[in-house]
Amino acid sequence: MATLTLTSVKKSFGPTEVIHGVDIDIAEGEFIVIVGPSGCGKSTLLRMVAGLETVSGGTIAIDGRTVNDVEPMDRDIAMVFQNYALYPHMSVFENMAYGLKIAKTPKAEIDARVAVAAKMLQLEPYLQRKPRELSGGQRQRVAMGRAIVRKPSVFLFDEPLSNLDAKLRVQMRLEIKALQKELGITSLYVTHDQVEAMTLADRMIVMNAGRADQIGTPLDVYENPATEFVAGFIGSPATNFFSPSAAFGRAPTVARIGVRPEHAQLAAPGQGRAQGKLLFAEALGAETLLHIRLNTGEMFTLRQDGTAPVPVEGADCGIDWPAERELDFDAEGRRLP
Amino acid sequence: MEKRVTFKGWLLPLLLLLPQVIITAVFFFYPAGQAIYQSLFIPDPFGLSMRFVGLGNFEFLLSDPYYRASFVTTAVFSILVTVVSMGAALYLAVLADRLIKGSGTYRTLLIWPYAVAPAVAGVLWMFMFNTRVGVVSWYLGLLGYDWNHVLNEGEAMGLVVVASAWGRVSYNFLFFLAGLQAIPRSVIEAAAIDGAHFWTRFRTIVFPLLSPTTFFLLVVNIVYAFFETFGVIHTITAGGPQQATTILVYKVYADGFVGQDLGSSAAQSVILLLVVGLLTIIQFKFIERRVHY
Amino acid sequence: MAKLPDSGMVERRGAGLWITHAGLILGVLVIFFPIWLAFVASTVSQPEIVRPPMPLLPGDQFLENYRKALVSGINAPVALMLLNSAIMAIGISLGKIVISLLSAFAIVYFRFPGRRLFFWLIFLTLMLPVEVRIVPTYEVVAGFGMLNSYSGLIFPLIASATATFLFRQFFMTVPDELAEAARVDGARPMRFFWDILLPMSRTNIAALFVILFIYGWNQYLWPLLITTDPSMNTIVMGIKQMFPSGDDVADWPVIMATSILAMLPPVIIVVSMQKLFIRGLVDSEK
Repeated sequence: MATLTLTSVKKSFGPTEVIHGVDIDIAEGEFIVIVGPSGCGKSTLLRMVAGLETVSGGTIAIDGRTVNDVEPMDRDIAMVFQNYALYPHMSVFENMAYGLKIAKTPKAEIDARVAVAAKMLQLEPYLQRKPRELSGGQRQRVAMGRAIVRKPSVFLFDEPLSNLDAKLRVQMRLEIKALQKELGITSLYVTHDQVEAMTLADRMIVMNAGRADQIGTPLDVYENPATEFVAGFIGSPATNFFSPSAAFGRAPTVARIGVRPEHAQLAAPGQGRAQGKLLFAEALGAETLLHIRLNTGEMFTLRQDGTAPVPVEGADCGIDWPAERELDFDAEGRRLP
Repeated sequence: MEKRVTFKGWLLPLLLLLPQVIITAVFFFYPAGQAIYQSLFIPDPFGLSMRFVGLGNFEFLLSDPYYRASFVTTAVFSILVTVVSMGAALYLAVLADRLIKGSGTYRTLLIWPYAVAPAVAGVLWMFMFNTRVGVVSWYLGLLGYDWNHVLNEGEAMGLVVVASAWGRVSYNFLFFLAGLQAIPRSVIEAAAIDGAHFWTRFRTIVFPLLSPTTFFLLVVNIVYAFFETFGVIHTITAGGPQQATTILVYKVYADGFVGQDLGSSAAQSVILLLVVGLLTIIQFKFIERRVHY
Repeated sequence: MAKLPDSGMVERRGAGLWITHAGLILGVLVIFFPIWLAFVASTVSQPEIVRPPMPLLPGDQFLENYRKALVSGINAPVALMLLNSAIMAIGISLGKIVISLLSAFAIVYFRFPGRRLFFWLIFLTLMLPVEVRIVPTYEVVAGFGMLNSYSGLIFPLIASATATFLFRQFFMTVPDELAEAARVDGARPMRFFWDILLPMSRTNIAALFVILFIYGWNQYLWPLLITTDPSMNTIVMGIKQMFPSGDDVADWPVIMATSILAMLPPVIIVVSMQKLFIRGLVDSEK
């Protein structure tokens, strides 16, 4: 267990800077998820922590020790790769034991540690199999097991679930969360999937174009997005954005208004804060999504309970939302109070 | 294409490269350099000193009717070997491709001549056509044809061509069959439904789709005929009769080792280096094209 | 369903099928005939051959001819020549594979000054056969006193980049994550090479070995130049040496037995390891 501190960490490839200075203090045992669209620099950041990429500026410290120039193997970290990176010619046991073997751990201890990890991950029946004889979920577990047996101070996960099908992804997500709780190892987890981020993270870092737009607990990020990007990226269906001209009486500094579909409700035509016409409704059972074209031409998605009445398509309707739920942004996309 | 991940350090990679670099330097670059160097000199008649003649050896070679003849011989020989071996291989591959079952068996039966050394192939064919004991030449005699490749230049050329092409059929067959099997069945079926008969289909669809394979084999077979058929020539004709089968590689050997004309042999080596370089460039261009194909 | 123009669209049936088979069998017979004839000649006696036409079915001299060839041969026992060929072929294959694995590893997995230069120096040699530079290479080998030696037979034929090229191509396809995982696991470069890269290359190594073994075994010109001592002859070049000079009659049964023996090892390897062989062939031409 350890703390992990990033201080204005930067990365450039040649003349192009791709990460523009990220700061974060991670406490012992904390589960931090870095989330963002592809190309935002989240994987690069993780790989710098792992020591697989050089750090162009700033410092990375594990437990107070600056590790910028320390080899991956000496950083006391373990990593789970997106495609698992299992050694294809080694059995499950050998895959898990490889790092310990290199570290010249006594044979008996290797056996013991692998046995414990295998039990934890329900891999005991497969120890002698090769990776190609395993299912996707089992391979995923082996990759986890390989990380666990090393008893690292920090776990690094690079989109570990993205190669699994949807059902397995949900299951493995729960397993990872439970495992991390049980082991209490500081973890840094990269994903592009906001649901994964929301469910796994103690705190999450939302990255956008090489910057950490917001760092906070999932609920805090959801309730109080710091930027238009964060508001749009976190939450599903995505937040509606529209120009202030669709509603009345906003300060001139407001450039965009954001309202989450679940925070708006239908009102009678002419009532509420905005007006539009229902284009079509998607009934999903528990909820219904109403797709409304605002008078300004912008689209607005509204989520209501599946039992609530739905107007006929083409009907005029009003939209209302509580004032405290409205998110106002300036021209740079920054949140206005 | 570059690896994202690399290890640090420069001493270890240099050490790893060392064996190959040393062997390449000693047995490749130094001799190649020597060939270029020697090609500019003529040894005196007693072999005691070398006299610088500039491009004299090349001028002499290019005006030497024997050397020019050898160029023509090599061209004729290479084209014949390529056409004969590729033609036979394509014929067999097209037939084998028509079978759903059994093409594997024929493949097994047809690939092993590849393993027979050109020199051994030469001995086998020389035995069949031997003027004294050869079975084929004896039966040809019964038919009233007096086979004698020791004296007849055309027959000598024919024999070395067939003997050289023989082992090559296996190789070409493998690549043609693989090429044919890679053509989607649906394309051929669509043509069949469009009413194209076998020969039309072959000419208008199969052969064009096979052209990357064909072009690749063309280059590879020419290289083979140029450089790897020494054993066939040496065992069957030793370049004769009247140098009718003296291809360039054989002439380098004959002039350098038998005739001890080092300057000329070195100049010939340099010319061959250029030919190889040219063929390599063609092949590389082709490889690039194939990657994008 | 409409009748198609001819039934050969996927597979010929009936008469067509038999014609296809007949065409193939004819081809196989033509291809086989020289080998069959050599085999027959190796099982009959000398008088049966020198009074043409020789028989087309095997005789009863098989053991006698092969024993004579293997034990006494003509200039040197063929058993000895087989041994020489085996040492040369295995030496060339292993030597090439070892130096190529090392240099490909260096070129793919390291960045160091002069990397591009070495890369191109090695790849210049890609297609240049020893036949082209025989005289100077002969002088180098003679200068080292390596005439009539195994090292003289082997080393000059190792100086080619085909295998390096092949391994480089293969290493490029190995996922980067494996090297990263190994680094995180604490493997240093040589450890990664030995524990991960080498085991993963097994099939490629085996396929290449098949191709290189045949290449080495079938060498002719080079052994012809540098082995003047019959006891160092390889079998492929030794056959020609068995023919008498002048008008003497050749000992055909022994020569043909030797020819069969000369083609046996590579043929066995090609047929028994057909899959690896084809893979090696396709790989090495890529």
